[in-house]
Amino acid sequence: MIEPLLDPLVWLILLPLAWAVLAFVLGPGRGAWPAIASLATQCWLAFDLAQKVGAGGVANHVVGGWSAPLGIDLAVDGLSASMLLLTQAVALLLAIYARSYFKSDDPAGTWFWPLMGFLISSLNALFVSADLFNLYVTLELVGLAAVGLVAAGGGAQQMAAALRYLFATLVGSGAYLLGVALIYGAYGTVSIATLLPLVTDDAPRLVWIAGGLMVTGLMLKTALFPFHFWLPPAHGGAPAPVSALLSALVVKASFYLVLRLWLGPLQTVLPAFAWLLAMLGAAAIFWGSWQAIRAVKLKRLIAYSTVAQLGYLFLIFPLLAAHGALEAGVMQIFAHGMAKAGMFAAAGVLIKATGQDTVAGLAGAVERLPVTMFAFGLAGITLMGLPPSSGFLAKWLIIEAALAQGHWIIAVVVLAGGLLAAVYVLRVLRQAFLLTPASATLTPVPRMLEWSAFALAAASVLLGLRGVELMQLLGAMA
Amino acid sequence: MSTGFIFALTGAILFAAGVAGMILIGHLLRRILAFNLMGSGAFLVLVGLAQRQDVVDPVPQAMVLTGIVVAVAATALALALVRKLHALTGQFELPDDVDD
Amino acid sequence: MTSHEFLPLALLASSLLPGLIIFGLPESWVRVRTFLNLFAAVGKIGLVAMLLAGVAAGEEYSVRYAVLPGLELVLKADALGMMFITLSAILWLFTTVYAIGYLEDAPHRSRFFGFFSLCVTATMGIALAANLFTFFIFYELLTLSTFPLVVHRGTDKAMKGGTIYLAYTLIGGTALLAGIVWLHHLLGHTEFAHGGIAAALGPEFAGQLKIIFLLLIAGVGVKAAIVPLHGWLPQAMVAPAPVSALLHAVAVVKAGAFGIVRIVYEVYGAEFSQSLDLLYPLALFAAVTILWGSFRALFQDDLKKRLAYSTVSQVSYIVLGVAMFGPIGTIGGLVHMVHQGIMKITLFFCAGNYAETLGIHKVSEMDGTGRRMPLTTLAFSIGALGMMGAPLTAGAVSKAWLSDGAAAAGMDWAIWVLWTSSLLNAAYFLPILWRAWFRPVPAAWPEEHIARSGGRETVLLLLLPPLFTAAATLAAGTFADSEATPLAWAKLITEREYVGQGAP
Repeated sequence: MIEPLLDPLVWLILLPLAWAVLAFVLGPGRGAWPAIASLATQCWLAFDLAQKVGAGGVANHVVGGWSAPLGIDLAVDGLSASMLLLTQAVALLLAIYARSYFKSDDPAGTWFWPLMGFLISSLNALFVSADLFNLYVTLELVGLAAVGLVAAGGGAQQMAAALRYLFATLVGSGAYLLGVALIYGAYGTVSIATLLPLVTDDAPRLVWIAGGLMVTGLMLKTALFPFHFWLPPAHGGAPAPVSALLSALVVKASFYLVLRLWLGPLQTVLPAFAWLLAMLGAAAIFWGSWQAIRAVKLKRLIAYSTVAQLGYLFLIFPLLAAHGALEAGVMQIFAHGMAKAGMFAAAGVLIKATGQDTVAGLAGAVERLPVTMFAFGLAGITLMGLPPSSGFLAKWLIIEAALAQGHWIIAVVVLAGGLLAAVYVLRVLRQAFLLTPASATLTPVPRMLEWSAFALAAASVLLGLRGVELMQLLGAMA
Repeated sequence: MSTGFIFALTGAILFAAGVAGMILIGHLLRRILAFNLMGSGAFLVLVGLAQRQDVVDPVPQAMVLTGIVVAVAATALALALVRKLHALTGQFELPDDVDD
Repeated sequence: MTSHEFLPLALLASSLLPGLIIFGLPESWVRVRTFLNLFAAVGKIGLVAMLLAGVAAGEEYSVRYAVLPGLELVLKADALGMMFITLSAILWLFTTVYAIGYLEDAPHRSRFFGFFSLCVTATMGIALAANLFTFFIFYELLTLSTFPLVVHRGTDKAMKGGTIYLAYTLIGGTALLAGIVWLHHLLGHTEFAHGGIAAALGPEFAGQLKIIFLLLIAGVGVKAAIVPLHGWLPQAMVAPAPVSALLHAVAVVKAGAFGIVRIVYEVYGAEFSQSLDLLYPLALFAAVTILWGSFRALFQDDLKKRLAYSTVSQVSYIVLGVAMFGPIGTIGGLVHMVHQGIMKITLFFCAGNYAETLGIHKVSEMDGTGRRMPLTTLAFSIGALGMMGAPLTAGAVSKAWLSDGAAAAGMDWAIWVLWTSSLLNAAYFLPILWRAWFRPVPAAWPEEHIARSGGRETVLLLLLPPLFTAAATLAAGTFADSEATPLAWAKLITEREYVGQGAP
């Protein structure tokens, strides 16, 4: 047992809370430096934790010394450790980006730092929760923080997008809560570890209803087709750093929960829904890609791309019975997380520089903003699943898992999705490579903006060169 | 029918009514009310289903308390957003999403 | 890291690192950029020489790196790969020199040379790849690094050409990936071996293996411009001349043809392919491509488009040679890989010279160019004669071996195809030569950018590369049977490929 004061688990939750409060106290628009410093520390903590988990299995922590059922247990296994790593790394790079993005008098940046801190803290808490109710609480916290971030900027469109998101997320977590209630009614416990052996093949009907409710609620929060309606306005209308955080991390949190339930307590109940989820995933890929191809505004295009890419994640459910699918899913989470963050970051730079936010207005951008366009290109390569990126590794793993279990239709959908992604990524790149009339003026942007976007996109490609360690980490599952 | 079961059934009906309201009603304040209805329904189910033991079970009560706090916070956020939206647009309904 | 592991990596690094540096150079640093370019190209040739000597002596150079558990990136320098590498490295040097001259004062040279270097890195990687996974990675990298070169000029036409190029190659890449993952799933690995690896699977997999073969060949066939997957090649002519030269002689089409060679010999194996009846249909497609490409070339007035269709036709000579069961056909196909490269690059260099110097883009504008630009037209003539298979040229050697191989494989109809193609080649090249040498000089050239200075018809940097490659065309043809030629190397490769069969 680790000395509680030194447990990295605890600090991963406390530190962001601390800098969130500090940022709030410091005043509007302030708080960037504490955030960046702390996130760097958190990265190191997450890395340390990942090594411990990779070496010795699961790490545990009992909050305040009060263990379940009344107290809160925290546990970290390979999956949680990976999610923590991704969250801190992406958040750190986005924090550096956001510091340069929000100029001192920008209304959208007024309360960005406290909200980001709350978001990161809730996310970290979510990834380490070991009972269903605590997962509900942290899920709700993540949702509320995210809604707050979407509402930043204060315009009518943002308010509407935030309210739409809020209602969707509340219905989602409400359904999840009802599911938890039903499970508690059936088994008298909400601890994941305890439930594991209790839920068997002949579980009462109540548990099946609970499973359905929980998955539906989480589908709503992950914006899986057809529950994706709230995502394009929310991600497309928010400032770039917020869009990046939302697309890269927040939607992954609810997906993580589905995985956790699928692999854990509800593993005998949920697989009945596997093909339904896969079909909705396929629909998401096609619908999202189609809308992205048609989108006029750049951030809408990227938001619809998120809808499509999330579809890939749901394709793995029929394959989870055997080895390989979980690795594919986590690789896709990492690939999409980093690439989408990089893409939104690049879009933010482009919009700031060109002063408008349509795809058509990007003509000739590659001359003036080569680093940013390169970042966009690298992120695009990951989304298309072309080598040498992590998106390619994810694609390979999914196809291999699909073929190994004879579900070649999933492989076909994945391959088709890659081509569709190429169409909408190419739309943007085409515009960028076009010649411009020399009269088009560009606002200069801070270099740190371009380079942090580049770092995120490059990370998604670099992971494609070495996935061995990540796979080993995943091997340490409870 | 035990009291617990009646509570749970009522809770389920309230939950369904709340969700229906959130989806179908246009007026934002009423939607927030529907959300509270939905939350109360879920809490009722939680408390109701756990009534089966002779000994009072503190766990669901703790969970409901936590849930109420979360619901209050969510309601507060929703109200703040609705107020701001009304100040900007004069409406209590969400504008149509302009999808380019 | 041993030296045997280091050399393949160094080969990649020799163009990757300078390329990355060049991306960051300001436009105005011409000297630094030129120095880096030439240093990289020459350095690469040095490394290639070392590897050649080693591989000829039977040394092994390989390096492995795990990307995922059970999935490795493997680079290995073997005889077949070295043929492609040597061709690419030498022609890269010439193309670099040419490009420096061609793009003088053009915009975005840093971007151009950066992607240029990436393109060559990808080509090296394709040649060094020792399993299909590694091959695929560098194959797609080639697609990604050539796209910015095709659209370099940024015009609407360039965009259109680039989009078509990408559409074809990405769809091909998808088919290729499907085949590779499927095969990997069946075999557990995709590492190349002399005599192939697919034969390890039992006869119940024959149906699946045939479909996989189709997917793999279709995937690489896009870049190799086999009919009906060739549509992108004429469209990609919108790129600057050095890019066309690189695409058509060195990198892209050769990578496709090289892929077919690897798949037929080192994934399926020649005997196994024959037993699955895969070679005959492949030969048919190659034959159709040969004839169709030559036929379309007759009707093109745009010079580069005519050369593009000629490439479509000529690359399928390689495929035809590969599809002929027997070592003689293999030698013919392999040696043509090199010979076609040298000849085609000569033609494209000259086409670029005509465009840059005199603004000539069409065949109909080529009257009297022999008088105005005699050396360029001489080089062009040698290249064209080589294409036709005239004696003493490299093309003649290839055609001889291919015809013999067809006879040995019992495919006499292929000989007819080869002769028809030669006739068609003559039909679309001889008129150009006649115009150039025997028609009177017109009153004014379309757009004389570079005037005659002293005795020189054009810039030296543009003049020397085609002369060198034309000389190489003649040398490869005349001295074919001596020690250090492409033909000798092709024989060596075939000896190692046909295990136990020996080469004549």
